[in-house]
Amino acid sequence: MCDQTFVAATFGPCESCGKASPLMNIYIKTEAINFCSFCVELMTCQVLQGGESVASLKRESDNLKKKLEEERGKLNDIELHQVAEKSEVLGAFAIKTRRLLKGHGNKVLCMDWCKDKRRLVSSSQDGKVIVWDAFTLNKEHGVTLPCTWVMACAYAPSGCAVACGGLDNKCSVFPLSLDKNENLNAKKKSVAMHTNYVSGCTFTSSDMQILTSSGDGTCALWDVESGQLLQSFHGHTADVLSLDLAPSETGNTFVSGGSDMKANIWDMRSGQNIQSFETHESDINCVKYYPSGDAFASASDDATCRFFDLRADREVAIYQKDSIIFGASSVDFSLSGRLLFAGYNDYTINVWDVLKGTRVSVLFGHENRVSRLRVSPDGTALCSASWDNTLRIWS
Amino acid sequence: MEIFGSNQTEFNHPAQNPTHSSAFIFFHKKTSKMSGSSNLVAMKKVVQQLRFEASINRVKVSQAAADLQQFCMQNALQDPLLTGVSSSTNPFRPQKVCSFL
Repeated sequence: MCDQTFVAATFGPCESCGKASPLMNIYIKTEAINFCSFCVELMTCQVLQGGESVASLKRESDNLKKKLEEERGKLNDIELHQVAEKSEVLGAFAIKTRRLLKGHGNKVLCMDWCKDKRRLVSSSQDGKVIVWDAFTLNKEHGVTLPCTWVMACAYAPSGCAVACGGLDNKCSVFPLSLDKNENLNAKKKSVAMHTNYVSGCTFTSSDMQILTSSGDGTCALWDVESGQLLQSFHGHTADVLSLDLAPSETGNTFVSGGSDMKANIWDMRSGQNIQSFETHESDINCVKYYPSGDAFASASDDATCRFFDLRADREVAIYQKDSIIFGASSVDFSLSGRLLFAGYNDYTINVWDVLKGTRVSVLFGHENRVSRLRVSPDGTALCSASWDNTLRIWS
Repeated sequence: MEIFGSNQTEFNHPAQNPTHSSAFIFFHKKTSKMSGSSNLVAMKKVVQQLRFEASINRVKVSQAAADLQQFCMQNALQDPLLTGVSSSTNPFRPQKVCSFL
């Protein structure tokens, strides 16, 4: 059946159950069938039920895994760094700390830039979420959440709201107002509900939808206004630690990485796991898309960062050194994608040449592990958040 | 998991349809512990997923690498962290102290 079925995605009433939902248009032996994704799974389960045992399925899954490995291996005709030998070596790299943001009382766990390139939001272990103006070091807004360990925070694309979540198993959205005296807590809106901690959250292209990843092993897409669950993504077998949205406006995919050492690519409309990468040797702490959207990088507790290409469906580079033994907690690309910034648990930030696979520079300054790194939207600066209670802006 | 079940409206309807008895087991797979029938269903899911992954179109690494390199080259000039910005245009330059004249 698999070599005769093609999957695309539209929206409309399902031919089997009648409900309006994202549909998978499947052609079975040239006959078009438009079912919602649930009915498709029902149909395939029923078809498979005829006389198959767990043992035969296990054999088939092992065969398929081997076949996948072979297919992927066939395409590995050359290494990325060999192709990159023709490009010029990067000159001396000189960036240093330009701003030091002090104000959090405890470890800073997460931060995100606003699209206006100067504001950023950061969250910390003591439950405080602060919105800063990075140019002037002004703290513009501060909210105290009732829970500790706010592990995820995100700025809305319009700049009018922030979302944050953590050990409270929820993701809440706060609309930001210009009135300094207003109590932001009063306007708080609980959007996502998970059964374990929220490890990552991001707004999609609009303020209206949020994507969250959670310690319960799932990711979910929520509507902010109604709090409704729009789509859930099951497939990880352990905590999902990070997620990132594909950069293009038309893209409908995102990547997630988790404690099961896997990084998965998901289709947001159908909830389907499109591709899966399992080469890391330990938990994947952070995943980030390459600016073109055709690749992504991941940072892991095995002290390496790896670069995966989506079209070649394989890992194409590993960024590691024998002298680096501490896990990497966060990665981000520079605007052109030539530089990869990675924050490690040994308090440093390493800058890697993405194409050549070599280390360009090391940034020292933090006094505790770096928990999160983000390059500003116009690429002029890098902000790093750390367990030493501060954030540093490098430029 | 109970919270998830009540929010997923599109999952509720098959359970009410008596002909889709297999759907009932499928729906409960997520909430019950591993039993014989749900083991089978779980394995089917794995096989299905692998079939799907095996059927996607792949590109050679040389082609993909060339494209990545081209993207880097095209955008290298617009990358401030790569090319470096002078202190006068850098918005994060060290703040000058203002004094009254």
